[in-house]
Amino acid sequence: MEGKAPGIFFVICLLCLSACQQAESGEAGENNAALSQTYIENKGSDTLVNLALAWAEEYQKQYPQIQISVTGGGSGTGFAALINGTIDIANASREIKQEEIETSLASGFEPVEHIVANDAIAVIVNPNNPVDELTLQQVSDIYKGKITNWQEVGGEDRPIVKLSRETNSGTHVYFLETVVRLNNKEDKSIFSADTLLLPSSEGIISEVKDNPNALGYDGLGYVTEEVKMVALAPQEGDAYILPSASSVINGTYPISRHLYMYTRGEAEGIQKEYLDWILSANAQDIVTELGFVPVITE
Amino acid sequence: MKRSEGWITNSIKIAGSSSIVFVMLIFIFLMREGLPALNEIDISTLFAKRWYPIEDMFGILPLISGSLIVTIFSMIIALPFGVGTAIYIGEIAPQSVNEILKPLVEILAGIPSVVLGFIGILVLSPAMRMGLNLPTGLTALTGAVLLALIAIPTIVSLTEDAFYAVPGSYREAAYALGATQWQVIWRVVLPAARSGILNAVMLGIGRSLGETMAVMMVTGNAPTIFTGIESFIAPVRTMTATIASEMGEVATGSAHYRVLFFIGIILFLFSLVINITSSSLSMRPKRGKDQVVS
Repeated sequence: MEGKAPGIFFVICLLCLSACQQAESGEAGENNAALSQTYIENKGSDTLVNLALAWAEEYQKQYPQIQISVTGGGSGTGFAALINGTIDIANASREIKQEEIETSLASGFEPVEHIVANDAIAVIVNPNNPVDELTLQQVSDIYKGKITNWQEVGGEDRPIVKLSRETNSGTHVYFLETVVRLNNKEDKSIFSADTLLLPSSEGIISEVKDNPNALGYDGLGYVTEEVKMVALAPQEGDAYILPSASSVINGTYPISRHLYMYTRGEAEGIQKEYLDWILSANAQDIVTELGFVPVITE
Repeated sequence: MKRSEGWITNSIKIAGSSSIVFVMLIFIFLMREGLPALNEIDISTLFAKRWYPIEDMFGILPLISGSLIVTIFSMIIALPFGVGTAIYIGEIAPQSVNEILKPLVEILAGIPSVVLGFIGILVLSPAMRMGLNLPTGLTALTGAVLLALIAIPTIVSLTEDAFYAVPGSYREAAYALGATQWQVIWRVVLPAARSGILNAVMLGIGRSLGETMAVMMVTGNAPTIFTGIESFIAPVRTMTATIASEMGEVATGSAHYRVLFFIGIILFLFSLVINITSSSLSMRPKRGKDQVVS
């Protein structure tokens, strides 16, 4: 399912672009000739793709002479394209890896990181599931296959069906490191083999919505009202915290992360203007609208 | 005039041989990209029981097991329905019913598998979970039912062709001996068309084994290995779904990339065996019929 999404976004982008071109030709005379580049190619994380698309649309409304194309494909795909020089800005839901930095340097540029939004990973269950709170250790034990029945964590006598994103998703890797391995670099444990790997965020939501046995995780932006979010505690005895904008910003919710854009070297010209605009209040309102958490700028 | 005919003959020759060229090119490409996997990865890692590529665990046994479970189960479902439908269309139903039934079966063949997968997620999987009281509806069983729907049209039309090829004199002779309609179908037509039915099943297997989208959407994609009868109602991950969902983001030339192509080689070999079996069956339909008569 997810494989289809980038294609659809591409079509949408093309439509946007053609609309922009018409607007542009209307005011071609006033077009700022000083701007040598009017086109930004933007690609990467599927988590970020809806947000990046919303930003691009809004920005092009304000500055019709600029054209921005947004595609998904995953964080790794974005970095690969940045290194190959086919795009200007790479979207990522994880930090760039050391080997990706090295390949970038080898191809003649230094990747520069820009934090553009925050995202929390919500652990979700069916609304009929009486379990409201879990510790990170319990979630880890469930995904490792040590806990297999809801009864062991205060629920009904039902088997636990574990849902995860596919292994190529940045969200999967983040969840593996932060929750399954509890941020312990030495820990090499992985998801138990009977964890269902679903190809899309929507797939996880729809299974959790229907199945009272299911446990899943998903970016806060994807969680709908048809599923129930679980409050998490970092340790046994700590307060249980629900994911929300405020709990992410004040740092009490234990599994939240930054979302990034990377440029080839320091951003210049229209790329810099675009990235500056993304951190403006106007653009960060779109972040909140789409269910992500804004970046606080002083 | 003559020159233009020569041109036509030649272009038909090129068109005919192009498919051989394409198969050879695909085969060479698969081998070139996939075989280095055997060098780069230990055989023991490759045939281990765990598939988790981001930690360099490349055990392909669960994937082979997943594909086989789903395919075999889908054939168990599709065979009686497919052959039954073919018997009804070919031997029993009056012409007027056939005029409706045959196009309907063809429409079933034309439904895109992603649409069936969608129905599988929204309707079949919850129904399976509640009806059979399973932990989840995303299982091999759900995938097998969808694959059966995909394979049935193939089986129906090929089986029906096999029935059509059974000479009318066989049936007339049986009726003359006082056989009932059921006896004619069961004792005469089915045995005479045996090799054609086997051929149909083989192509149905090929269809199921290669299907990707529908199984990816409903089987849950958990790389579990066959442990017994309960594996039929557990989530599984097939070879095709693995290639489809992982090829997009894999770095060209990496070990993971090589293994995905190696899985492609295995799939290619499976379908080769299926095709050879099916064509060797259809090469000797005569003998099957003679045996019945003797």
